Amino acid sequence: MQFMLILRETHDDFARRADPAQSADYWGGWNAFIEAMAQSGIVVKGDGLQAPHTSTTVRVRDGNRTVEDGPFADTKEQLGGYFIVDVPDLDTAIDWAAKAPSARTASVEVRPVLPPMPSSQ
Amino acid sequence: MTTPSTIEGVDRAAERVARSSYGKLIAILTRRDKDIAAAEDALSEALVAALQRWPVDGVPNNPEAWLITAARNRLKNRARAHGIQRAAEPEIQRRLDELAPHGDQFDERLSLMFLCAHPAIDIAVRTPLILQVVLGIDAGRIARAFLVEPTAMSQRLVRAKARIRDAGLRYALPEAGDMPERLGAVLDAIYAAFGQGWDRLDGLDTPDALTGEAIWLARLIVQLMPDQPEPKGLLALMLYCAARQTARRDGKGRFVPLDQQDPRLWDRNLIIEAEGLLMTAARAGTFGRFQCEAAIQSVHIQRPITGALNLAALRTIYDLLIDRADSIAARIGRAVVIAEAGDPTAALAELDTLPLARVRAHQPWWVARSHVSALAGLRDDAVASIQEAIALTEDEAVRAHLIERHERLAGAAGSLDANHRTDTAI
Repeated sequence: MQFMLILRETHDDFARRADPAQSADYWGGWNAFIEAMAQSGIVVKGDGLQAPHTSTTVRVRDGNRTVEDGPFADTKEQLGGYFIVDVPDLDTAIDWAAKAPSARTASVEVRPVLPPMPSSQ
Repeated sequence: MTTPSTIEGVDRAAERVARSSYGKLIAILTRRDKDIAAAEDALSEALVAALQRWPVDGVPNNPEAWLITAARNRLKNRARAHGIQRAAEPEIQRRLDELAPHGDQFDERLSLMFLCAHPAIDIAVRTPLILQVVLGIDAGRIARAFLVEPTAMSQRLVRAKARIRDAGLRYALPEAGDMPERLGAVLDAIYAAFGQGWDRLDGLDTPDALTGEAIWLARLIVQLMPDQPEPKGLLALMLYCAARQTARRDGKGRFVPLDQQDPRLWDRNLIIEAEGLLMTAARAGTFGRFQCEAAIQSVHIQRPITGALNLAALRTIYDLLIDRADSIAARIGRAVVIAEAGDPTAALAELDTLPLARVRAHQPWWVARSHVSALAGLRDDAVASIQEAIALTEDEAVRAHLIERHERLAGAAGSLDANHRTDTAI
């Protein structure tokens, strides 16, 4: 079954991406993780995301559109990327999630993907 | 088919199968979809069908197989009705057919228990879930055993089942490395089931339906995890209790407290096995909760041999137990030991520090309070507490025993009979 690994990172993590002293370590960790998943053949789709300051949030209330700068909640952990993996069970998905670099600094949420709607088959 | 039986006989046969095989049947029915709630519905419908058909056709030779087939048909019908079945149907069909009961080598229940003890399930609901799903104990009774509101417990159980169905947990025995983490909830559930059977659920018809099941499951885990000391501790604990099974009622079915039991009625073989298990477990050098509780039983068992209850040893073990697994039951047990050892005032203080909201409806607390108050010379207190205990007792034999104590307490003019302690150590 398919699970989404929702990779959250801290502000420090995002800062390390572009810091010359730390970026090699940062990307090295992610590349190793992504390579291991790719080789096991479980990845359906996945992407890293630009840092939260590039984000724009849209809401429609009573027909009125508001567009805001950045993610609304100021939390310690922000969405940094995601993968959809196809594995036999949650336990396997958790094992992969635990290997993500951000599991040690922030968190990885593991969520089953809804099966396709019958009409779309 | 056997000859048609009386309605009553059929009822009892269906109930017996339901009680003794419930978890196994649920495990079989749950394996594919991991939908426990659907399996429970299908099995209840099958049981209703059994009650209609068996009086006419006779009780089948293999009632379990009959129930499984009936429940599977219902599951299949439902799947069809929901339009879920697709090209995979023949394969699903084949697998379902493979899942017929295979006799005794079966460890489906164990897999189901470890599934319920999965770390992705809320820790507070793991043991209740095992009790309901694997051992067929109803939510109301589980709520009472865990001292929570029945509606809250039902909601938690429903949520947990939805989670098992939807979250994609692995339905299999965990790998060796993950075992110890999940073992605690499984052992807790086995012991809780034993306690339920011991206290009242196992009737005269089926004297060891739940207690026997609990012992059987513990043996399975001891075999499966020979290096873990706690399963041995739990098995020893239950064997000590089971050894005294026949001694806890007299010829007229009256309740006999532990210190008045005739040790000649205790099952020596079970005691020897329990002592052996406890010794082997102790070699691991980690003295866990169940080993502590088994050790307490061991001290009680030694009373007839040494002629006196070793209160100092009991006190030490209770301290250890509370250090490892603090609980209301352990606190009550220790308070009684403290009182017996000559300090009923301290014991009473200890009992009264327990949160009233949690112990108010807890029968053993009132029994202990009455006993400790009596030892402290507070007769009115002792009488009032035993009255509360009587009101909370469902077991007729225990009730009669407490009423007798009440009469003695209320009637005693100053001289209090201290010889009547209860089985609070169990």
